[in-house]
Amino acid sequence: MIAIPYLTALTTYFSYGLLFAFGQFRDFFRKIFDWCSSNNLQGYAPICLGLEDFYIRRLYLRIQDCFGRPISSAPDAWFDVVERHSNDNNKTLKRTSKVSRCLNLGSYNYLGFAAADEYCTPRVIDTLKKYSPSTCSTRVDGGTTALHNELEECVASFVRKPAALVFGMGYVTNSAILPVLMGKGSLIISDSLNHNSIVNGARGSGATIRVFQHNMPAHLEEVLREQIAEGQPRTHRPWKKIMVIVEGIYSMEGELCKLPEVIAICKKYKAYTYLDEAHSIGAVGKSGRGVCELLGVDTADIDIMMGTFTKSFGSCGGYIAGSKELIEYLKYTCPAHLYATSISPPAAQQIISSIKVLLGEDGSSRGAQKLAKIRENSNYFRSELQKMGFEVLGDNDSPVMPIMLYNPAKIPAFSRECLRQNIAVVTVAFPATPLLLARARICISASHSREDLTHALQVISNVGDLVGIKYFPAEPTKQQQDGKTVKFE
Amino acid sequence: MMASTVLNFVNTTLDWVTHALDAPSASAIVFGFNIGGHLFIEVLLLVVILFLLSQKSYKPPKRPLTNKEIDELCDEWVPQPLIPSIDKDLQYEPPVLESAAGPHTIVNGKEVVNFASANYLGLIGHQKLIDSCSSALEKYGVGSCGPRGFYGTIDVHLDCEARIAKFLGTPDSILYSYGLSTMFSAIPAFSKKGDIIVADEGVHWGIQNGLYLSRSTVVYFKHNDMDSLQETLENITSKYKHTKNLRRYIVVEALYQNSGQIAPLDDIIKLKEKYRFRILLDESNSFGVLGTSGRGLTEHYGIPVEKLDLITAAMGHALATEGGFCTGSARVIDHQRLSSSGYVFSASLPPYLASAAITAIDVLEENPSLLTKLKNNVAVLRKGLSEIQGFTIASHPESPIVYLRLKKSQGSLNDDLRLLENIAERVLKEDSVFVVTSRRSTLDKCRLPVGIRLFVSAGHSESDIHKASESLKRVAALVL
Repeated sequence: MIAIPYLTALTTYFSYGLLFAFGQFRDFFRKIFDWCSSNNLQGYAPICLGLEDFYIRRLYLRIQDCFGRPISSAPDAWFDVVERHSNDNNKTLKRTSKVSRCLNLGSYNYLGFAAADEYCTPRVIDTLKKYSPSTCSTRVDGGTTALHNELEECVASFVRKPAALVFGMGYVTNSAILPVLMGKGSLIISDSLNHNSIVNGARGSGATIRVFQHNMPAHLEEVLREQIAEGQPRTHRPWKKIMVIVEGIYSMEGELCKLPEVIAICKKYKAYTYLDEAHSIGAVGKSGRGVCELLGVDTADIDIMMGTFTKSFGSCGGYIAGSKELIEYLKYTCPAHLYATSISPPAAQQIISSIKVLLGEDGSSRGAQKLAKIRENSNYFRSELQKMGFEVLGDNDSPVMPIMLYNPAKIPAFSRECLRQNIAVVTVAFPATPLLLARARICISASHSREDLTHALQVISNVGDLVGIKYFPAEPTKQQQDGKTVKFE
Repeated sequence: MMASTVLNFVNTTLDWVTHALDAPSASAIVFGFNIGGHLFIEVLLLVVILFLLSQKSYKPPKRPLTNKEIDELCDEWVPQPLIPSIDKDLQYEPPVLESAAGPHTIVNGKEVVNFASANYLGLIGHQKLIDSCSSALEKYGVGSCGPRGFYGTIDVHLDCEARIAKFLGTPDSILYSYGLSTMFSAIPAFSKKGDIIVADEGVHWGIQNGLYLSRSTVVYFKHNDMDSLQETLENITSKYKHTKNLRRYIVVEALYQNSGQIAPLDDIIKLKEKYRFRILLDESNSFGVLGTSGRGLTEHYGIPVEKLDLITAAMGHALATEGGFCTGSARVIDHQRLSSSGYVFSASLPPYLASAAITAIDVLEENPSLLTKLKNNVAVLRKGLSEIQGFTIASHPESPIVYLRLKKSQGSLNDDLRLLENIAERVLKEDSVFVVTSRRSTLDKCRLPVGIRLFVSAGHSESDIHKASESLKRVAALVL
């Protein structure tokens, strides 16, 4: 729940209104010009309809230099951002050969495995030489190497489940598993802020989808009771099965899932649970085993555990962990297992090696140090930001911390000004967030040193003053804001 | 008798009533008007009607479920198990490879000839690819740690996109991080609810899922049958004659992985232009394979690439790397950069795989002989298998997927599959030739017959191919 001050809500609406009006005005003239010049449609409907890409043409393009900035090095604590310039008012951006060395507060490099690592990289290169970059085959054909089996065993024991199945892409993991497990007559109850891959998977399954308010177990219970009592729409037959889908850490809010409460409710109402640990696995918990470890939830209570390797492990791909029977079943039904190229062997080796480092099986204490560092860094950075008066979302221990910006003009202002001072931050706007709730998102890494962070805080504070995003006075009094706020979910 | 009695009785009663009402006693004179009995009765009726109308209509009392009742319902409810009981027959453990999946690989400590990997150009294990990957790994690390929008764009991604576009002669291209996600993200970016897609019934699951997710009206035509396509297009055109601004697409695969057939693009282009549809073409198995220089189906038919609106391909086949790409006009590509879910919401392709793709295209351009070798290998294998017992070669003569279909089906898909698997297993065990069957997911809507697939590679020697065809012929003769 984000509380946005009335005045800010008003100015934000006004800004978008203005942008919209100008956009429409320009579209109007464009239509006249298009009409004057020869009409080349030849009976085809345009491939992108006017209103569909209005947002891109008239709003996004103005600030597109804040997104998709290319880099020319590993996404480590510091990286090289390639400078771009535009000759046509930001419509197209050209890469230049100039780079600027920036502090990286944007990549999901939670544990610092993104760059070359003394333990992982030599092993990855050995694997590359042994297995080549790809198997050119699916897992059920010729795409299962000894390495793939080792990886699955390693992941299963890491997340403390009997078995696991690994795919080459996190997005596909979600969107190809849900259609296998759920179908017509089943119900998926999904958190309102779940990731797009879950939404697409749920849609693809053909099951009925209900949404509960973000991270509100009480509302989940309400929805569950109502749905079990009502049964399927129109026929009122009882549901075949119900699955509740939550994420460990919500990537745009930085919040931890209220997992113990959710699990208790699911147990009470016999619903199956699906936990997406895309951002939390490796990043939180004493030994990096994710939110279950952090919040003290027994993994046996979760039916399906999903996660990705793109973030903490600095690789690619995703996994599903669950009972032996579940994984057996997925092996002959899941399209991502049957039709997709198996995960690239060097990427698989990176996952195995980084898990070994985390567990201290490499013979050093680097893993434990990394885990301690990310926690310490995150909590330090978050508390400092809050002290400065920024509106920071999310929970302690979470390495993701969004800073609210609200006004559309503040998105490029904050991003460009930080970049000018060599701090690379991510700004997020519609469609990844609701229109009004634009934000900047900081991702902390274990590879950041204390000096890096103090320097970043200094810059962000200055830019924050300049842009005017310190919405709370230096020490926030909690209830003070309540009287004059509009609530947004 | 009975009926006439009743009739008589009713008639007498009616006569009596009429008489009674007409009787002077039933009427009165009010202010000089003679008020008859009829009027009296009618007024009475009106009063009764008004009285009834003024009454509330009967509603059954609303009784929402009490908490206790909901509790009971929740207690009563028994969910189905998460997964159905496992069919032991369908369980299958694939052979585990102990070395790279090149033309020769090691299974169970034994060297086998590999016909299971779509390594068409034999680039697995190519030194140049490995060198470019290892330098990329040292420079960029393994993963990109972010989606393309948020510092996940690495300069090799942009170079790779430019390289693909240059190779195919298209204005721009876009990289996806996984082959399977390419089509199912690209289709919903362009086709929405209400739009029309005509698709081949043999398309692979990635496309099927894209069609489903787009929520468009999807009409399938018979596999690779141009008459059926024309008929479908004709029907749709006449049905939607008056609807404007409806986007219409034809979705086909260049080389069907479910049958090894090649789409007759020249005919499809003629139909497309006649009925004004756009074409989305999946070149996953034909990119780097068909055409004199490996530029795919358009080159194979000598059709300018601009005629197609969207070409997608997985890079996990001929290019021997991973990921996928989509290529087309600048507008079509730019639109995907913010509207295609698999691009926007997913971490980008690991940079070493992008650099492998660049190198693979370089290698292909420098060595056109790879393509002649591949074509030759396909021809040799087809010749070798021409007299195989119980099978027909269902694939196109130029397809590097040689698809053996059973002449006589066993009755059900699963029975066929079991028989084929038996053959594949024996071929692997007894002759060290690794071939695979076309396994299907339960979600797959494709109903084409299953078969044995051999992925021919330019890396196979003639003796490898002879070995495979002899072994298959021997086992087929024994089993069928």
